[in-house]
Formats: sequence, C-alpha cells, structure tokens
Amino acid sequence: MKAAAKIDMALFELALRMGDNDIVLAQRISAWCGHAPILEEDIALANVALDLIGQTKLWLDLAGEIEGAGRSADDLAFLRDARAYKNALLVERPNGDFAYTLMRQFLFDAWHLPMLRALKSSSEQRVADIAEKAEKEARYHLERTEDLIIRLGDGTQESHSRMQAALDDLYPFAGEFVAPDAIDDELASRKIAPALSEIGALYFDYLETALAEATLKAPVDAPVRKGGRKGLHSEELGYLLAEMQFLQRAYPGAKW
Amino acid sequence: MKNEWPLWEVFIRGQHGLAHRHVGSLHAPDAEMAVKNARDVYTRRNEGVSIWVVRAGDITASSPGEKEPLFEPSNSKIYRHPTFYDIPDDVGRM
Amino acid sequence: MYAQMVKSTGARVKSLDEMDPEERAFQVRIDADIKVEPKDWMPEGYRKTLIRQISQHAHSEIVGQLPEGNWITRAPTLDRKAILIAKVQDEAGHGLYLYCAAETLGVSRDEMTEQLLSGKAKYSSIFNYPTLTWADIGAIGWLVDGAAIMNQVPLQRCSFGPYSRAMIRICKEESFHQRQGYDIMMKLCAGTAEQKEMAQDALNRWWWPSLMMFGPSDQDSVHSAQSMAWKIKQNSNDELRQKFVDQTVPQAEYIGLKTPDPDCKWNEARGAYDFGEIDWSEFYEVLKGNGPCNKERLEARRKAWDDGAWFRDALMAHAKKREARKMAAE
Repeated sequence: MKAAAKIDMALFELALRMGDNDIVLAQRISAWCGHAPILEEDIALANVALDLIGQTKLWLDLAGEIEGAGRSADDLAFLRDARAYKNALLVERPNGDFAYTLMRQFLFDAWHLPMLRALKSSSEQRVADIAEKAEKEARYHLERTEDLIIRLGDGTQESHSRMQAALDDLYPFAGEFVAPDAIDDELASRKIAPALSEIGALYFDYLETALAEATLKAPVDAPVRKGGRKGLHSEELGYLLAEMQFLQRAYPGAKW
Repeated sequence: MKNEWPLWEVFIRGQHGLAHRHVGSLHAPDAEMAVKNARDVYTRRNEGVSIWVVRAGDITASSPGEKEPLFEPSNSKIYRHPTFYDIPDDVGRM
Repeated sequence: MYAQMVKSTGARVKSLDEMDPEERAFQVRIDADIKVEPKDWMPEGYRKTLIRQISQHAHSEIVGQLPEGNWITRAPTLDRKAILIAKVQDEAGHGLYLYCAAETLGVSRDEMTEQLLSGKAKYSSIFNYPTLTWADIGAIGWLVDGAAIMNQVPLQRCSFGPYSRAMIRICKEESFHQRQGYDIMMKLCAGTAEQKEMAQDALNRWWWPSLMMFGPSDQDSVHSAQSMAWKIKQNSNDELRQKFVDQTVPQAEYIGLKTPDPDCKWNEARGAYDFGEIDWSEFYEVLKGNGPCNKERLEARRKAWDDGAWFRDALMAHAKKREARKMAAE
C-alpha cells in the first residue's frame, strides 16, 4: 500500500457512492423478477435492474482503477462489508409492496437524472463518459416512474393511499442525496461533480411539481435520514449483502 | 376479468429504413402506457427506433371468407411483375 | 416438454373422406403447409387443443421464472447477475408472446391466469424441482433450455400462424439461454473440486427430470396422432428425447461430467445412446401436484397476482379518468 498516499480519495468516494447506489438498488428491484403485478411491469423493471448493473460496473471499475490496488468491480461489489458501502440509505430500504418499490425508485430516479446530467460536464473525463451513457438510461427510468407515480397517485383510493404511505415513509431519505459533506465540497471545487445544493434545488422543485400532479403530499418538516454515504447504514444492508455476497464469501477465490 | 387491460398491437420500425412491422401484442391500460410497455417488451435487443401501437379492437381486417374476391384478381395481372417480360440478355441489366 | 400431454379431441384421426367439406378443406390446407390464421374457419377441436397447448406453454414460461429467479439475488458476479436477470426476463417476455398467441383464439390472458392459479391448467413438470445451488442455474440453462429448444425449433413450423410466429421470435431470443447454462457448468468444472462436485450434483438431480420433460412415450396416443395431423406437434416424444440424449451426453463428457444413469452408453448398432428406464411414477406424482415445489410455485404466482390487483386496477382506473377528462375537454 505504498501508493496509498497518491489515491484521489474524493474521486474514489464519488465512484463508490454512484456505483453503490446502483448495485444496491438493482439488487432490490431484481428480487421482483417473476413476482411483479403484471408481465409488462415485470419486464420493464428487469430492464431498469439491467441498466443499473451496467452502470455499477462502470463506476466500480473506475473506483478500482483510481484505487490502483487491483480490485475489480466484482471485488468491490462482492467483497466489501457494509461499512465500506457508500450508497444512500434510500436505496437499501426493503421492497415493501409495489407502491413502496416504485416510490423508492421515483425518489432515486428524480435525483439520479439531474445528477448524471451535471456529471456529464465533469472535469474528470472518465466520470463524464460514464455519465454520458448512464444519463440516457436514467432519463427513461424517470419518465417511466414519474408516469406511474402520477397514475397511481391519481388512480383508485387504494392506490392513492398506498402511494401516500410510501411517500410518507420514504421522503425523509430523499435529502441525503443532496446533503453535501467535505468530499462533495472538494469534488465541486475541483469541478468533478456539481455543487449538491444546485442539484438539491432542481430535485426538490421537480418533486414538488410531480407529486402535486400525482395528488400526493410530501410530509413537511420531516428530518433528513442520512448516513449511508459515509458508510453508516441501516440494519437492512447487512442482510442484503449477506445474500448478494454469499457465493463469493462461501467459496473464497473461486471463479464463476 | 372485467378490469383486464386492453390488448394492443405493436408495430416497430427498425434501424434500416424499412416500414413499421407488426411484432406482436401486449396489454396496457392506455395508448401512452402501451408505447412504454412496447419499448420494454419488444425492443430488449435494440430492435427498433420507432413504435406504433393500435388497440387490437380498433383494427379493421379483411375477412378471410373474402380472400378470393380480394386477392385472386391480382393473380391474373402477371404483367405487373418484371418476370413477365422477356428481355434478351444482350441488353444488359434492366 | 413445456407443453406436456396436451389432450386433443381424444378421437381417432379422421380420414379426408370422413370429413365434412369445411373440415376437409381445412385439412387439405394444413397438408399443403398453408398457415391457419385466427379468423379462418377451424374445427372446434383444433381451437381447443391449441388453447390448451399454447397456454400450457405460456404458463411454463411464467412459472419457469421462479426456480431461476430464486438465484438472481445470489448470482456470484455482476455479469452472471445481469445474464440471469436477462434470461428470466426473457421468460416473462416469452410467456407474454405465447399468451397473446392464445388470445387470438378467443380466450383472455386473465382467464388463462385464473386457470393456472386455480390449478386447472398445467405447466411443465420440470419447474417443480428446487434450485439448491448455483450449479442448478447452469444445469437448467444447459438441460432444461436444451430440452425446450428441441421441441420449440420444430414448433416454428406449426400450422397456426400466431403460435408459429411467436415460436420464431422465442427461438431467436433463446439462442443464448442454453449456452449461458453450459458456460456456467464449464466454469464450475474448470474450478475447484467443490465447484466441480456442485456441477456433478446438479447434473445428477436434473438429468432424469429433464428426460421426463418430453413426456411419456406417445406412439400410441390418439391425442398426439391428432395433434400431428394438425401439425401442432411435429415429432414424437421418444424421438425428441433420444435426440436430446444424443446431444447432451457428449457435452457432459466434454466437461468431465457423467449422467447419473448407469445404463447410459453408446450403441454402435443404433448409432445412438441407450439409456435406462425413466421412473414415470415420479413424473405422474409431480404432475398431480406432489412434486417438491408444486405448492410453492403456485403460491408464489398467486401472491404476485393477488398482491398486484390494486396496481392493475388503479392503472385502469386512471386511464379511464384520463379518457373522460379528454372527452370533457373536447
């Protein structure tokens, strides 16, 4: 580890945070495969999971490259414990009912798109390249979830109350995506990533409009739930990783 | 059952400039969602650049019983086909 | 196969002379390989048999998502996870195409779903076995998809247009399914001793159920005879099973695995592999609902359907609202 001093820690963290969001959410939604409410939706959700896994590989490969210790995307995904995962808490929320899954997806997509859009003009070319590809996918993801959130919010009484319950529960987790810490500030000052306050303004403006159209109300003054981006997770993540990493842990060094 | 999503027919135009082609059907509550579902169901392998959807019930089809009056008359109009004309090879490609 | 023991009319196949003119004209067109389309006249037995066969095929795709889906969250690498999701997603797509083909015959997808969930409709016996290790995912792709392809390739030439077209699309899309399964097995066999043992164990457990997929011998079955006359079945069960064994045994040997059948050996005279007696009592038990996972599979499908009712209803309700608003605005 003599090269350790040279690692660009801020950039490394950015790649982990982006990649970890993707893999944890992909892991969650892929559990719906074969269990969604209707075939068309089963297929659509699997497409989102596939996109997110593709993005995971790009971000975690980049993280491994920056670290320079020879860890591959798979090593990072399957051999890190919870404290080293840097995803926001929202994405590790359990699936719940389909309303909960869709609301979680919507709150993620609504942040993901402006974030990737901004990252396209990153001063770090490798980040800009990944964002370029991911942004197209994220655009479609948001188009779909926005549409579903509006339709289900303004569907039946039951769908409305399920969506509202999901929103009440999940909304407090939204703020973490745009709550900057010292790493974000450094990234912004080096123009590698946008100032999160700018993304936050876009994010919450957008949420307000879309949720109004969906006839849903965001809880007021909900305290922001955060910690994941620093590796302080909910208890849920341990189980998610235990399942995901099972084979790599049970058969160390085996090739698959 | 009463609340089943209606059936839609899906037409996709591929990359190569050919006309929209019927690729199959799916269920969706309305046209906008049918387009989205079609994107997810029928373009998983990068098959298309444009999607049309039509409610299956809105399609007016020729009836199979009329196959003969509808299509047989064109059988006899063989002069519409290039092979009807015997052009000597010496003339070259035509 | 994905559609096993589909009942046809149960009557002896009629000769052309015994048919009334409409039916005779129909049979003549089938014999001439002209496709039947949904609005064409067809014998009631043809329609019913096809609905049974296509919906059973569709149900198999949908229930077939479950044993493999079981390992999506545990797939060992990012690539394996993506491949498995794509494959299980394809199965949903193939179920969807097949349901649509059946719908052209005047039955709705919801009706077919109800029949599956009530236990009235059947699906392939193979999906009632559990996936215990990662090697099972390899074995399913290699053996189960391999067996399915044997049957599906000739079905592309089936006499019913919508079924034939669905099969063409499905065969094209499924071409990677068997290969990814074999690829998993190759990796395991080239790996540690534990991994190789895992692969052999999976082959041991999936071998016989895969052979059962083709169904019992149907050389004397009136149902099969009628289905063949209608060209909705192209080959006998034994014929396809033999083809499968002949293809698969060398593939197993290539990666150093052995089938669990002590009687399985090359017969020079026949130019084919001999293989041992299949335990059909097991097959019938599974078909009756007494396989290791029948209950779990149906429960999972029921849960997905019941839990999803509010979602389907709400989207329909919203679509109606939109329609009404649009009308009011015009």
